[in-house]
Amino acid sequence: MFSIDLLSNALVAGLLLGGFYAAVALGLSIVFGQLDIVNIAHPAFVILGSYVVYMMNTAYGLDPVLAGLLFTPLFFVLGVVVYRIYYAGFERTGRESLAGLAFFFGVMFIVEVTIILIYGVDYRLVDAAYIGHTLHVGIIDLPYRMLVPFLAAMAMTGGIAFYLSRTFTGRAILAVSQDRLALELMGANPIRIKSLAFGIGLATAAIAGALLIIIGPVEPSFGRVYIGRVFAIVILGGMGSIKGTLLAALLIGVSESMVQTFIGPSWADAVAFSVLLLTLVLRPQGLYGRL
Amino acid sequence: MKIAPFWPAAALLFVLGAASTFAVDEYYFVAGYIVLQGLIMATAWNILGGFTGYVNFGSAGFFAMGAYTSVVLYTAIDPPVFVAIVAAAVVCGLLGFGAGYLTLRLRGVYFAIATLALAIVLETLMVNWDYVGGATGAFIITPDTEFFPSYNAFMFVLMLALAIGSVGLARYLNYSRIGRGLAAIRDDEVAAECAGVPTLRLKLISTTIMGAMMGVAGALYPYFVTFVEPLSAFNLIVAVNAIAMPMIGGTATWVGPVIGALLLGSVQEWTKVNISSELNLLIVGVLLVGFVALAPQGIVGLAQKFGAWIRAHREKRQGDGRAAA
Repeated sequence: MFSIDLLSNALVAGLLLGGFYAAVALGLSIVFGQLDIVNIAHPAFVILGSYVVYMMNTAYGLDPVLAGLLFTPLFFVLGVVVYRIYYAGFERTGRESLAGLAFFFGVMFIVEVTIILIYGVDYRLVDAAYIGHTLHVGIIDLPYRMLVPFLAAMAMTGGIAFYLSRTFTGRAILAVSQDRLALELMGANPIRIKSLAFGIGLATAAIAGALLIIIGPVEPSFGRVYIGRVFAIVILGGMGSIKGTLLAALLIGVSESMVQTFIGPSWADAVAFSVLLLTLVLRPQGLYGRL
Repeated sequence: MKIAPFWPAAALLFVLGAASTFAVDEYYFVAGYIVLQGLIMATAWNILGGFTGYVNFGSAGFFAMGAYTSVVLYTAIDPPVFVAIVAAAVVCGLLGFGAGYLTLRLRGVYFAIATLALAIVLETLMVNWDYVGGATGAFIITPDTEFFPSYNAFMFVLMLALAIGSVGLARYLNYSRIGRGLAAIRDDEVAAECAGVPTLRLKLISTTIMGAMMGVAGALYPYFVTFVEPLSAFNLIVAVNAIAMPMIGGTATWVGPVIGALLLGSVQEWTKVNISSELNLLIVGVLLVGFVALAPQGIVGLAQKFGAWIRAHREKRQGDGRAAA
């Protein structure tokens, strides 16, 4: 059962998986980590991304990653709209905690049911030249359906990290999470900054959705397993730290892969949730955290 | 204390409900059972969510654990239904206590996420536990019911009793010292703590009661459907309904979830039969978002506002009348 071969392959598969998880968690890391908005509908939007990519792929034979990129502006606008509703209905009136949570729970449910109404509950998958092929490096197998999402996820994570730390608006997003009043005194409009950040958060969901459907078939309620996973990653990483999010994603990817290889696939879903519960109990501020 | 009218009315309702089982068509008991199940879940959710302000997304987890407690007991010793109900209350009460003890000292958001996580961990455990049937599920042979005209009628009457008991308990909590403490936590936890309200203890009490009540609702589920598998026991619609019903009815008092559950539950049963079950889910989602955004106090709040408006209008008219005279 146990061999170096198996172990190294499980490790590499875990790293590839973890890199992809970073892409899924990235949007939430901005929205939940920086803006403190508990968008539990984020995975549902990722699934929505998968389905629009599926639609483009089957109708026009478009490459999934390209299709995902193509939809980022639309998802950005969707994010701005969702945030404006959230702001007008909940944030402005100070009802974020209970009503805001219920709002996103309802949004998640609506997105999921809408997909079911249009596409049904069957599994859907995309087609691309590289899916199904594997790169062999020594004893390590690198399937392209994992490698491509990994590389795309890394590029996206790097891009967002660069944007947040080096550009003016990116730094304004960090500022709004740190001190809203100070930002306002500097003449910036926090609501606009937050709309922008929420939009970017959702735009990443379009690409994450594309990567998700490259990795494997997707069905409408697929997002639920990801809720705990992405929150585990964001909280373990330390709210809002992109570096922490990436590290936590890799950590959870590797743990899941190990559990899957050495204990059994049906236990893998519980890994992230156990990590989440343990983090909340033992180190709620996460790896790189401010509380 | 306005104890007087509630319990006689509840008793009357129960007698009427039990008597109706000899007169009404079988289908209504199946539908009625599901509505009442939703009512218990909504009432339980509201004890923590509405009274205390902490959101539980894992209602389906508590519900399913109640169901699985029944399955375990049934597989082991096949006890009377009542024993299963009590056992489920204990198991899920402890589960609520444990979850609350671990996370209620953190921000409320973390509790909400933890409950979501808890439901999935429990589902994974049940999928992997062969004793309760694993992923394929387990059958239960229905117990005998000599007295009632049909098995579904028996289930309905049992659920009616449990629902009345749950609402009574929620009503008691609402008006009691505990309820006032919980309301203080909801309005301003720090201020409550400073004023000497034992916040953690009260939160744990309400989480435990919530868990136990959800367990009770779930305990009957295996007996009702006679077949339990993880996917249906941990169904998300259970969790969504548990939130949507109080939100639609109004979360501030014990009345809200009752109104919400009766209304939304009946609408759901109607659409499921007459339109489609997917559309039915969409309606629940849209109603939840709509009410949360536009009518935060729910139907109870709207009714109060309407009442106040009527009164103001009448006073104004009387005032005008007097001025004219």
